[in-house]
Amino acid sequence: MSDHEYTPKSKFGKWFNDRLPLLSLASHLTDYPTPKNLNYWWTFGGILTFCLITQIVTGLTLAMHYIAHADMAFESVEHIMRDVNYGWLIRYIHANGASMFFLAVYIHIFRSLFYGSYKSPREIIWIIGIIIYLLMMAAAFMGYVLPWGQMSFWGATVITNLFSAIPLVGEGIVTWLWGGYSVDNPTLTRFFTLHYLIPFLILGLVVLHIWALHVPGNNNPVGIDVKKPSKDTVPFHPYIVIKDGFALLMFMIVFAFFVFYTPNILGHADNYIEANPLVTPAHIVPEWYLLPFYAILRSVPDKLLGVVAMLSAILILAALPWLDTSKIRSAVFRPLYKQFYWILVADVLILGYVGAMPAEGLYLLIARVATAYYFLHFLLILPLLGFKEKTLPVPLSITDPVLGGSPNLATAKNKESSVK
Amino acid sequence: MKNFIKLFSIAILICSTTVQANSAETAKFLKTDWSFKGLFGKFDRGSLQRGYQVYTEVCSSCHSMKYLSYRNLAEKGGPEFSEAEVKAIASSFEVMDGPNADGEMFTRPAKLSDKFVMPYENVKAAEAANGGAYPPDMSVLVKARGGGVDYIYSLLQGYEDPPSGEILDEGVHYNKFMYGNKIKMAAPLSDGLVEYGDGTEASVEQMSKDVTTFLMWAAEPHLESRHQMGFKAIIYLIILTTLVYFSMKRIWSRVESEV
Repeated sequence: MSDHEYTPKSKFGKWFNDRLPLLSLASHLTDYPTPKNLNYWWTFGGILTFCLITQIVTGLTLAMHYIAHADMAFESVEHIMRDVNYGWLIRYIHANGASMFFLAVYIHIFRSLFYGSYKSPREIIWIIGIIIYLLMMAAAFMGYVLPWGQMSFWGATVITNLFSAIPLVGEGIVTWLWGGYSVDNPTLTRFFTLHYLIPFLILGLVVLHIWALHVPGNNNPVGIDVKKPSKDTVPFHPYIVIKDGFALLMFMIVFAFFVFYTPNILGHADNYIEANPLVTPAHIVPEWYLLPFYAILRSVPDKLLGVVAMLSAILILAALPWLDTSKIRSAVFRPLYKQFYWILVADVLILGYVGAMPAEGLYLLIARVATAYYFLHFLLILPLLGFKEKTLPVPLSITDPVLGGSPNLATAKNKESSVK
Repeated sequence: MKNFIKLFSIAILICSTTVQANSAETAKFLKTDWSFKGLFGKFDRGSLQRGYQVYTEVCSSCHSMKYLSYRNLAEKGGPEFSEAEVKAIASSFEVMDGPNADGEMFTRPAKLSDKFVMPYENVKAAEAANGGAYPPDMSVLVKARGGGVDYIYSLLQGYEDPPSGEILDEGVHYNKFMYGNKIKMAAPLSDGLVEYGDGTEASVEQMSKDVTTFLMWAAEPHLESRHQMGFKAIIYLIILTTLVYFSMKRIWSRVESEV
């Protein structure tokens, strides 16, 4: 993998490395040439790794005290909050950690969208990322069910019922998922099992994600290919390590603020009411990070088509490397795409907002328009932009701001670009 | 650094929209100064002790508090009654224990380790005694209601006569802060209902504040240590971040690039 051969200095090191090249791997990771112009949007990969490890460590600790039984789950969570040493801290880190994880992953995804990181030759990295994101949503949803509060129970009921939209076999699948004829103890125990399993699947995929990244190397804000190693790159250690570390610490300050001062603000009050199959909450809403997709689901009048729309909204991202026909990666050199990018960001935020509101009247209308625009962006605007857009000239390298890297040079306007 | 400001403002924007989304309650709640809010927020010990008195003399005749034990009343960060006081409180309640060596169940005075005695055997009994409405368990009640302490504080003072023309069923009361304005619980507090040992005047407003403070502690018994630890943790992180920032500047000064 490494560009240069690594030989350990000690005799034992050499003996060991010939048999298991762990030292070569470490050397590859520290020397890994990274574009020197990466901005802070690129620090979220490291932050996400931190989030995953935090969730696994706190989750393991919680699992030692939690009881996955419909009659005892709620009580065991209260036991953790009251009587387990620092149980409140561990649980609040885990619960808010999920929100922080999604905050970071959304920034990570929108960074890719802005700088065109999903384009050739990074399609596989991108698709693995989408799978990780899907698994994260599954893990988060099942984790939210475990405290067995009212939102847990009714959220589980609503989401599992989506499968009943499948023609012919739908009802059977729902019964199979529940392990009975309603959400009950068998549902809880299997959700706990899967909630425990999925993070380790994510961990494995993260290794693949990073492995696939280390083949072509990082994209960068200019979006051009860089020669590695060259004066355009810096070794991962110490340059990127310290920069990622700094950004991580800033992130941890925000994280700590939520954990210590407003630990319940991102959750729903109803989840502190023990699950009751006989009482339906006034509004059933998922956690904030699922709201845009919830809005898409509800904006379609037909149940099956709503489910199809919601799933397509996520899966369409996997086709993005082929839907975006532009040869230029970075939005810095794509004046039109840049505008549509920010409209998409606003569109997703609007979807998130209406997802939290009742699906009626004006909210429903806004949700429908925003849903339509979401698909329009990916299916029509992006493919057309690649042909229609006049892109700005791209520099040849990061260090030398010499223009001429653009394949669209003939048509490009001779204008100073805002390259950093 | 410019990018960083952008990044932060987006993060804050996202957070603030979700906060708005989750707190979309209509009625304007009554406000009061809560001593436990803010970076150094602590419970008012006197208020907690008075609040326990209101709970035990008024609320507990219908509302259980099943996740609390008598020992909690003596623990640090709570009402901090003396151990002797809490033992006296506990022993004033009878709990079922057993079976003993003869296989018989028996009752005995409660101990520090016992959970708060419940007013009813079970939910059905509670419903039967309260016109079909279950008086919710109060252990985490303030966290289980949108609006939290402000909501509970307002609700206790929100009883009024229904607007003219509105006819209420038997056993239903009008409360301007209740969802739908109809509540099965009759106004639980009235001026001078309890007699505070410390001479504080037991107005409805005062009792509402005291009992809500007590409920906040019941739901978040570790709130004080959370605030204390949080302040230390954030100060630590800020110092470390500053140090790392300057090391980063120094390391990156070797290459021509902006950090």
